[in-house]
Amino acid sequence: MFGAAALMCVIVILMIAALASHSLTSIRQFGFGFLTNRDWNPVNQQFGALAFVYGTIASSLIALLISVPLSLGIAIFLVEQAPTFLSRPLTFLVELLAAIPSVVYGLWGIFVLAPFLREHVEPHLARWFGWLPLFQGPITGIGLLTGGVILAIMVTPIISAVVRDVLAAVPSTQREAALALGATKWETTVVVLVNGAPGIAGAVILGLGRAIGETMAVTMVIGNRPEISLSLFQPSYTLASVIANEFTEATADIYLSSLIELGLILFLVTFVVNAIARLLVWRVTRRTLGATA
Amino acid sequence: MTSLSRADRTRRAVSGIMTTLTALCTIVAVGILAIILGYIAMRGISSLNFRFLVETPRPVGEGGGIGNAIVGSAALLALSCAVGIPLGIGTGIYLSEFGRGWFATFVRFLVDTLTGVPSIVTGVFIYAVIVLRMQHFSAYAGGIALALIMIPIVARTTEEMIKLVPHSLREGALALGAPQWRVTLGVVVPAAASGIATGAMLAIARVSGETAPLLFTAFGSRFFPRNLNEPIASLTVQIYNYAISPYDEWHAQAWAATLVLMALILSINILVRFLTRKKL
Repeated sequence: MFGAAALMCVIVILMIAALASHSLTSIRQFGFGFLTNRDWNPVNQQFGALAFVYGTIASSLIALLISVPLSLGIAIFLVEQAPTFLSRPLTFLVELLAAIPSVVYGLWGIFVLAPFLREHVEPHLARWFGWLPLFQGPITGIGLLTGGVILAIMVTPIISAVVRDVLAAVPSTQREAALALGATKWETTVVVLVNGAPGIAGAVILGLGRAIGETMAVTMVIGNRPEISLSLFQPSYTLASVIANEFTEATADIYLSSLIELGLILFLVTFVVNAIARLLVWRVTRRTLGATA
Repeated sequence: MTSLSRADRTRRAVSGIMTTLTALCTIVAVGILAIILGYIAMRGISSLNFRFLVETPRPVGEGGGIGNAIVGSAALLALSCAVGIPLGIGTGIYLSEFGRGWFATFVRFLVDTLTGVPSIVTGVFIYAVIVLRMQHFSAYAGGIALALIMIPIVARTTEEMIKLVPHSLREGALALGAPQWRVTLGVVVPAAASGIATGAMLAIARVSGETAPLLFTAFGSRFFPRNLNEPIASLTVQIYNYAISPYDEWHAQAWAATLVLMALILSINILVRFLTRKKL
């Protein structure tokens, strides 16, 4: 048993060591400029990660913008509002969204979501908000917006599951106190939300971590072009999807090494993001567990 | 009096509106699930037939099937279970039964963060330590990549399940003079066995949908696998390759393969739901 646990540590250390040692060629050649250079050109062997960092951050932010209110609503409804006979099957159905594989989301994204956004959503966005640089340029349905929307659907069950746990961990005495003071159902919910705030922040950051590392679905709908454009209609590229797309084509050492360095960056970022999220969620659930025990 | 009741009415109205809004959020999520599953069923069923399930892929226009991908996925899953489940259960038992002090907290933290490592990074890692060393793609590399994703899931559910075993059971066995290891393996683990099995099944469902870690470990193949030391096909990679191809016929096959994959994943999830419900 101890051996298995020790193996966990070995795996993590090995992971960092392997990724770092294979990135060395690229780190030596490009240094910190790797992160600030937007030029990714395998033909000239010029490699800079800025376009992918931008695409990853932009698509993840779009995803959070859509999924955070949605997930909060779902969690509040399932924990605070819905009667048990409704909340149990609905909880299962929302969780099923998390069981759908990434590649299936991608398939659905290419053939259903992208055409839908192209025909029915993006033209309206361009008409009403076209004065914003965010909604300019040709409409193809394949781009940052579609990637963000598909990510939003994928992280919603994850965020809402953690928020549900956090809300359920808020002691019921808090609710009873609010109700006893004459608060309405919603006012009681606000009290509960304030109590669980750090945990909810943790859930959102956890969702961010998932969005950053999500690969297949995004790769299939984001357009895969290493460009930095303000427009959400334009194709973009993420750290994870460039690895998925170009890894098997990378023949030159420096090309492969640059891709592995992207993997190292992805690993470190998600590691830190997840660690922060876990600590926040632990703080809420542990505090209340301590209070009841 | 009137102003008070008006304020009161507003508060009630706000409460009602917010309840409706939260209900709407839930309906949106469930609606999206229904739409996705509906499309898979609708588009998948039209290309699905027996020959599709047993044949190997053919060039565009000649039909072909996903027989080799089904066998390949099964082989990859078997490999990953053989490696991942024992290690995951071992880690879980350690964390729940012997896990005191800073080392256990540290391991628990590592397991939690490993769950969040993007699966594509796992693929890159396995490529660097196995594929580069062996000089070729193989089913072994793919299976181990999937196992790495499985271990933290199995470990955490095992830990949770073992924690549910009542202390009186352990105390009874210890009082009869059994050493700690016999108490753990002979009494505690069997008592939690069904829960541990459920966790393992969920891990299998999760891993069977993974694509990213297989792209450059198992790679893919157009033939039935003959041994595990060569590249091997899998349902998910096949779906990906067909989905991004420019041919309508391959798109239809991608939907059909997705239907097969989703049937497996959904039945595991529903079975687990059914099993855990009976216990509660």
